Amino acid sequence: MLEHLVLLLQPLVGKEVNNMAKQPEYWRWTESRWTNPDIDYKGKVITSGVDVGSVSSQAVILADGELYAYSNMRTGSNSPDSAKKAMNWAMEDTGLTLKDLSYTVGTGYGRVNVPFSQRAITEIACHARGGNFMYGPTVRTILDMGGQDCKAIHCDERGKVTNFLMNDKCAAGTGRGMEVFADLLGVSINDVGNLSFDIDKEPQPVSSTCVVYAKTEATGLLREGWPKNKVLAAYCSAMAHRIMTLLERIGVEEDFAITGGISKNKGVVKRLEKEVGIKIMETSKYDPQIAGALGAALFAKALYDKGKK
Amino acid sequence: MKANYGYKDGSGDYFITIDTDRCNGCKSCVDACPYGVMAVGEDENDPLSDKEVAFVTEKERKKIKYTCAPCKPSNDVIPPCIKACEMDAITHSW
Amino acid sequence: MITMGIDMGAKNIKIVILKDNKVISKSNVLAGFDVTKAGKKAIDKALKGANIKKDDIEKTISTGTGEKLAPFFDDNKSVVGCDSLGAVFLHPATRTVIDVGAEEGRGMRCDETGKILDFEVNEKCAAGAGAFTEAMSRALEVPLEEFGPLSLKATEEIPMNAQCTVFAESEVVTMVHNKVSKANMAKAVHDAMASRISSMVRKIGFNKDVTLIGGVAKNVGFVDSLNKDLELEVIVPKDPEYVGALGAALAASGWKGGK
Repeated sequence: MLEHLVLLLQPLVGKEVNNMAKQPEYWRWTESRWTNPDIDYKGKVITSGVDVGSVSSQAVILADGELYAYSNMRTGSNSPDSAKKAMNWAMEDTGLTLKDLSYTVGTGYGRVNVPFSQRAITEIACHARGGNFMYGPTVRTILDMGGQDCKAIHCDERGKVTNFLMNDKCAAGTGRGMEVFADLLGVSINDVGNLSFDIDKEPQPVSSTCVVYAKTEATGLLREGWPKNKVLAAYCSAMAHRIMTLLERIGVEEDFAITGGISKNKGVVKRLEKEVGIKIMETSKYDPQIAGALGAALFAKALYDKGKK
Repeated sequence: MKANYGYKDGSGDYFITIDTDRCNGCKSCVDACPYGVMAVGEDENDPLSDKEVAFVTEKERKKIKYTCAPCKPSNDVIPPCIKACEMDAITHSW
Repeated sequence: MITMGIDMGAKNIKIVILKDNKVISKSNVLAGFDVTKAGKKAIDKALKGANIKKDDIEKTISTGTGEKLAPFFDDNKSVVGCDSLGAVFLHPATRTVIDVGAEEGRGMRCDETGKILDFEVNEKCAAGAGAFTEAMSRALEVPLEEFGPLSLKATEEIPMNAQCTVFAESEVVTMVHNKVSKANMAKAVHDAMASRISSMVRKIGFNKDVTLIGGVAKNVGFVDSLNKDLELEVIVPKDPEYVGALGAALAASGWKGGK
């Protein structure tokens, strides 16, 4: 998988493949898994959801509708493989196997490629359900900032979608855009947020919307002597503004929560909060990237119960 | 639910909004569109519902600026899909 | 009358010097980060090539993204205006011009004097410009000059889903993993780009003859895909990347179509 990732980023930064392999991988964010220590799944109905995105994949396991385990990892070049890997990692050390799953729902970009799933449901519906579970019945606006898309969703107190808008055509405002910048500036993506605030004054945002052109613009700024942190701040600011204009289309209704990888980037989140003028809910204790898979697992439970009646 | 299909890129925002609460699945928009942009089927974003509603076909979602251009030569021309909808369920953002 | 046209493009600066509307010299220099300096270099090169001095030039017009940053000029003219003028000069039956440069794609309709009737510009998105094919050729590790010819050797037509250069790079990696041949992938890349350019041209409508200019016009793979999409054969003049500068130099001499 490393060669593929290296191949992927090499053209964006024009570096030699060899150099890339020796240098730290700035775009590599932290993968995670978690098991709920307070639940014994024996005797309970095990349902699951798998969200295979273009950049990351998650698997969530529920026992009688309670969150039991999850995993969050980078998607490889093969969707069915990524689905299996994510599920196996979520099940690690739990003693569970695929045979124990009563119902599995697949979602995300690769939703039709989850080989062990019974049904595929759109990521919009799953994110609303998952967000409602993670943030509670008061959440009305969920913004999911993913690897290759940005979704703005309105939902009701039960997590049912009432309005949505998704942009997956353009890299501006997505995780891939941020990865390109982290790599250009040689900054680990986990550090981008904090570094972007280590500046004297908030700079003007990068003017090019397009990631490819923004990269050229940033290279020019660096040549003019801009410190890395200032360039990061300029890009985070541009990203926050772009996401804001997308959100404006459907409006922001409190309570407002953010899921997806970029929700972990304070550099973008704090600036977005300022532009929207509404406090963003504290991230739940669970990894915010699992919202889609969690919603899928909840649908799996609902569909399983429906079938049982 | 208001379903917004389309995209935002460097040149602007292009979204076709379908109010699925108003839509009655009559298919008038499908017949009116000369380019196959519209279709009617199960609501993919409300998986527990059986109601059939209109949506923008996946193939067209990222191209609507250009595909719809011939039906919208200027701001005061109402495109055929909107004209055909008896429930006022369709709007264009541009 | 000796006139000069300067096209301050996003990636390359092109100069054309005309004497009584005949090309006596041209030059092409990478713009780099100090475009004014690169502009001076380009002008010096062109002057040497024509064996004349700066003072011999009666009028200079600059055009392009960086038109105001040219080392000197008497006037500016829009790129679409210069493109049409240059295209009609080289091929009088031209009524539609498509200019695909490093960072911008343009479509324009003109009359027989090169006057613009309608146009559409894409300067915000790398996927509709040369930056796309460049990024893809790097992703596939094929030198840019070989990329076009390689695509003509394709055995299968494969559609690309991604509309964005950054996303397309991920898609290319997946296709490499699925053992798609480089020739087929090259064709997929050129088809994707041609379909975006032709959609843009369809929006303004196109009439024959259609002339294609700009650096990307040299890419035979792109020309082939575009021809198939538009269902006609586009005219590609010799040295297509100089047509903008040519148009600027013609405008400087007051040429207004005809002979």
